[in-house]
Amino acid sequence: MKVTVTVNGRKIQEEIDADLLLIDFLRNHGCMSVKRGCDTSNCGLCTVMLDGKPVLSCSVLTARADGHKVETLEGLQAEAEEFGAFIADQGAEQCGFCNPGFMMNALALFRENPEPDVEEIKEYLAGNLCRCSGYEGQLRGILNFLAWKKEGRP
Amino acid sequence: MRAVNQPVRKKDAMSLVTGKPVYMDDVINHENCLIVKVLRSPHANAIVESVQKAAAEKVPGIEAIYTWEDVPGQRFTMAGQTYPEPSPYDRLILDRHVRYIGDPVAIVAGDSEKAVDKALKILKVNYQVLEPLLDFRAAKDNKILVHPEDSWKSLCPVGADNQRNLCASGESGDGDIEAVLADCDIVVENTYHTKACQQAMMETFRTYCSIDAYGRLNVLSSTQIVFHVRRILSNALGIPKSMIRVAKPRIGGGFGAKQSVVAEVFPAFVTWMTKKPSRMIYTRRESQIASSPRHEMEVSVRIGAMKDGRIRGIDVYTLSNTGAYGEHGPTTVGLSGHKSIPLYGTPEAHRFRYDVVYTNVMSAGAYRGYGATQGIFAVESAVNELAAKLNMDPVVLREKNMVREGQIMPAYYGEKTNSCALDRCVERAKQMIGWDNKYPCRDMGNGKVRSVGMAMAMQGSGISGVDVGSATIKMNEEGYYTMIIGAADMGTGCDTILAQMAAECLDCPVDAITVFGADTDASPYDSGSYASSTTYVTGKAVEKACEKLREKILAKGAELLNCGPGEAEFDGERVFCAATGDSVDLKTIGTSAMNGNRTALEVTETNSSPVSPPPFMCGMAEIEQDKETGQVELVDYVAVVDCGTVVNPNLARVQTEGGIAQGIGMALFENIQYSDKGHLFENTLMQYKIPTRLDVGKIRVEFESSYEPTGPFGAKSIGEIVINTPSPAIAQAVYNATGHWFRELPITAEKIAMALADD
Repeated sequence: MKVTVTVNGRKIQEEIDADLLLIDFLRNHGCMSVKRGCDTSNCGLCTVMLDGKPVLSCSVLTARADGHKVETLEGLQAEAEEFGAFIADQGAEQCGFCNPGFMMNALALFRENPEPDVEEIKEYLAGNLCRCSGYEGQLRGILNFLAWKKEGRP
Repeated sequence: MRAVNQPVRKKDAMSLVTGKPVYMDDVINHENCLIVKVLRSPHANAIVESVQKAAAEKVPGIEAIYTWEDVPGQRFTMAGQTYPEPSPYDRLILDRHVRYIGDPVAIVAGDSEKAVDKALKILKVNYQVLEPLLDFRAAKDNKILVHPEDSWKSLCPVGADNQRNLCASGESGDGDIEAVLADCDIVVENTYHTKACQQAMMETFRTYCSIDAYGRLNVLSSTQIVFHVRRILSNALGIPKSMIRVAKPRIGGGFGAKQSVVAEVFPAFVTWMTKKPSRMIYTRRESQIASSPRHEMEVSVRIGAMKDGRIRGIDVYTLSNTGAYGEHGPTTVGLSGHKSIPLYGTPEAHRFRYDVVYTNVMSAGAYRGYGATQGIFAVESAVNELAAKLNMDPVVLREKNMVREGQIMPAYYGEKTNSCALDRCVERAKQMIGWDNKYPCRDMGNGKVRSVGMAMAMQGSGISGVDVGSATIKMNEEGYYTMIIGAADMGTGCDTILAQMAAECLDCPVDAITVFGADTDASPYDSGSYASSTTYVTGKAVEKACEKLREKILAKGAELLNCGPGEAEFDGERVFCAATGDSVDLKTIGTSAMNGNRTALEVTETNSSPVSPPPFMCGMAEIEQDKETGQVELVDYVAVVDCGTVVNPNLARVQTEGGIAQGIGMALFENIQYSDKGHLFENTLMQYKIPTRLDVGKIRVEFESSYEPTGPFGAKSIGEIVINTPSPAIAQAVYNATGHWFRELPITAEKIAMALADD
């Protein structure tokens, strides 16, 4: 089947197999930030934005993205650098493999709720597993980032 | 110190947080790369009678299908250990005798995943199904032999005997344990059971292979042990080591899982046979069912003490389940005694005995803590039970008995604690959590009870007399440095902390050190990143190499200044001549070393340590126990660690937080259950529940540093010790809330609720 998907602002028209998962379509098109951690929608590593909403790309058929916009971390580099620096300043990126999915979902959280409290942060990001950090460093990074944002230093 | 003990950002941090393509499957060329998968046995014990592959071979896109008839016949081990490996040589790439559900039967390589999947479905295998040996308590001297074959081989005297299902067996001790225990006022005796938990690093096992311009096998693998992989592949494929190059890209987590060869042999064999590039990427399911998890252990402890709380004797017997193959079996078990008993300085006698048995379940491997985790759960739980029997605060019991600085540890190879702040760790943890106000519990009046529990822990810093760490450091034009290592940064940050040490030695900014590694063709030999060795063992090699490079820079600078080296000084930026006051900067020295120069501004140093100084720590947990549902909620976890000098406070903190979160998972959620046919139920992250950020409560970490004289800048290790305290501390908190001791992990809400229902 033929699909048209806008990936990070670039329109891609392609003939695809009907069973092609969005994660594989995106990686085939160079979006290597999109990672596969589990196959069962448990880990959150493959999170991308579909029309601005976070989805698990391992559980979405490419066909469902036909006519829609997809964003990956490759398309959000400025935001990733700005927020990611706060994670880096904690050393909380560790192995880094879960980082892209975590970054995507965190950015989605900040768009939906610019001033989340600790409980809201934990709940929103509960589906993003990380085996290295124990999550505390990620939380410190997020809180420092939010405080920095609030101080009006964009 | 300007670089060491500073919270420096990890060198690769920004690449990782912005999702740059740095992992194996991101950097390889996917064009014309064969996809490799294996057909796995559905039986826990069977002989492959025949494989009908003609139909599968006809699937369009299939390149090759290999079975046991096609692979070399000499046995090897997949354990990443220094040669001669203590792990027995009990593997083949494909064996006719399959020994667990998931054991590979055939390798299929094809040009697309779909073609390979189709071929895997069509392959027909006839098995002679045998009765499996699934109960590890009945394995020793069972009539079912997991490895009956004559070609089985043990290289080291570890008490292995395949005709008895023994992968290892042994005993050590000091004093007359039976006499001492008989003379004690009280003896606590119990058995503790831990499961074969999965490391569950986010990046599953994966390897890419190709043939280079010289006809050599090039392996790019997510591994902690490039040099061991080179040897293991040489053994497995029966080709010279000189024909193999192994490198690692960024690694998406290891925790010991990648201290064994897991995926590597299959694409290596395919590429060597076909001379075409190939890759194998484990699915999460494969990572769960056919990998290298923790050894399941049953640890029996007897502790004898007097009424005043003085511990006089500790006796430990460990039964370890290595599963179908013996990777790390003989060595992990040792830590269950050698890194639990020495936490106590008072015993007049101790004994440690063990058996490691083969069974028809997935082979175990190396997982953070490496046996110490299992042994410490048992010994620390037994000490907590002793405190309860004595009606004594467990902190007070520790204060009376814990090991102190300057003591000889008879159960730790007679080593002396040159650096030990365990007493300060316990004291500080107690203050942080408010132990005196919270011990043992407080009824919240709503069906919930808040309670606390504690445990101490130790580990090693590298394997004494075995582990080798090396570093090459060279000065380049413009005066920046390149450091080349064979240790593997798997997210732990060793590229950065070793650069911090180099910067400290060379009086330069950390940014002036670029780091390369690990690659068997380019890196100096390093046994690899495991056994908590990199900071301590490789770190010292960095220190030694940088000291020598300083001398070379000084000599080169003096030569340029026409001044004797004895009269010159180097401050990290310039070499000065004391007599004339003239100086030359690094940039000039580096550049001139590339013009008419005869002295390499490059040094390689190698290090090994005759001792393995233990880091120490104390962990304390506060939980909220729901007495109706059995649910345990982590409220607060405090950890105070003595890892010697903290090389990078941020990275050490995150190591600690991460290790504690894994330990919480092990204590409460991460279960491994087999059916009566040997089928593993927890085969995805749907069933195998690692903690989310809602499950770990608040984790608070502090450091109480000692100074380890044999370590680089006083440092010891941090990576493994941090997983050891949650299980015993949480088990004690659950006891303080419910009155029940849970001696088998994980302590699920279901188990607690069932126990409370029986009250």
